[in-house]
Amino acid sequence: MRRALLLLAALFFAGACLAQAIQPLPFRDHAEEVRFQKLSAQLRCPMCQNETLADSNAPIAHDLRMKIFELMQAGKSDDEIKAYLVERYSKFVLYQPPVEPGTWLLWFGPGVLLIAGATVVWIQVRRRSRMAADTALPPADSEDDW
Amino acid sequence: MTRLLPLFAFLLLAALFGFGIWYNTKHDQQEIVSPLIDRAAPDFDLPVLGDNSRRVTKASLLGKPYLLNVFGSWCIECVHEHPVLMNEARALGVTLVGYNYKDDPADASAWIAKHGNPFDVIVADRDGRGALDFGVYGAPETFLVDAHGFIRYKHVGPLTPDDLAREIRPAIDALRRENR
Repeated sequence: MRRALLLLAALFFAGACLAQAIQPLPFRDHAEEVRFQKLSAQLRCPMCQNETLADSNAPIAHDLRMKIFELMQAGKSDDEIKAYLVERYSKFVLYQPPVEPGTWLLWFGPGVLLIAGATVVWIQVRRRSRMAADTALPPADSEDDW
Repeated sequence: MTRLLPLFAFLLLAALFGFGIWYNTKHDQQEIVSPLIDRAAPDFDLPVLGDNSRRVTKASLLGKPYLLNVFGSWCIECVHEHPVLMNEARALGVTLVGYNYKDDPADASAWIAKHGNPFDVIVADRDGRGALDFGVYGAPETFLVDAHGFIRYKHVGPLTPDDLAREIRPAIDALRRENR
């Protein structure tokens, strides 16, 4: 029992070690750390194709995490920190692109496609049901067709 | 007509995917188009490599266009780029500024001693903090800054003779025409 507890404790702390592995930063409190993790998970590492600043081990990701931490310490808001990065590294760093004319297709394209598809289906269904009503076939033996 | 509809749908998709392939072969996906182009270069104040008593600032470089080449002794691609700087970039007629990025000064000096020094001056940004303001995310990168301190062009990755002939030289010629 005691050994099992010990093992459990060891496993618990192993997780804590992993979390610290990338870069230990002197956070003031837990809330600040959570904010930092959340913010850096919303930003893309410029060096790597698809890794967040939080996940990436690239040197530039390390430097940018340091910069984010510094800007947080300086009292900047999340939006100000994002603006700082966008000014230097373009909107590439934002995982969630802002809604603006250049990204309308991206944001609303799927919805438009869905509505267009639904309209086509609706028209087809109506046309067929009207055709069926016009020919007025008796609905006999319909189960056998399947 | 309705029978041909699937064919049209197929052709539309084929065209879309074809465009995707064409676009991705023409554009480097790794490259971020710098938002700093045609904007004022960030202020910097950095020591000269190997001589910490001398400093180079943005203001001290004003008045003449210059190429700012970001390099490091740890950078593999920089070795491939270096002969281009040595043999051809000096003939461009602009100041060449080396920007030693995140490097140990001793390593950088040894690297320059080994491969040759094409630069008029080399500044050392040891922790890479100043480079963040330039939007640097790797090495090599090259910026063309005009006489008024505006970034006019940026190249990501090693410069080839082709890049010089097709992009850098025309950009420098355009600067000359402006100033006339």
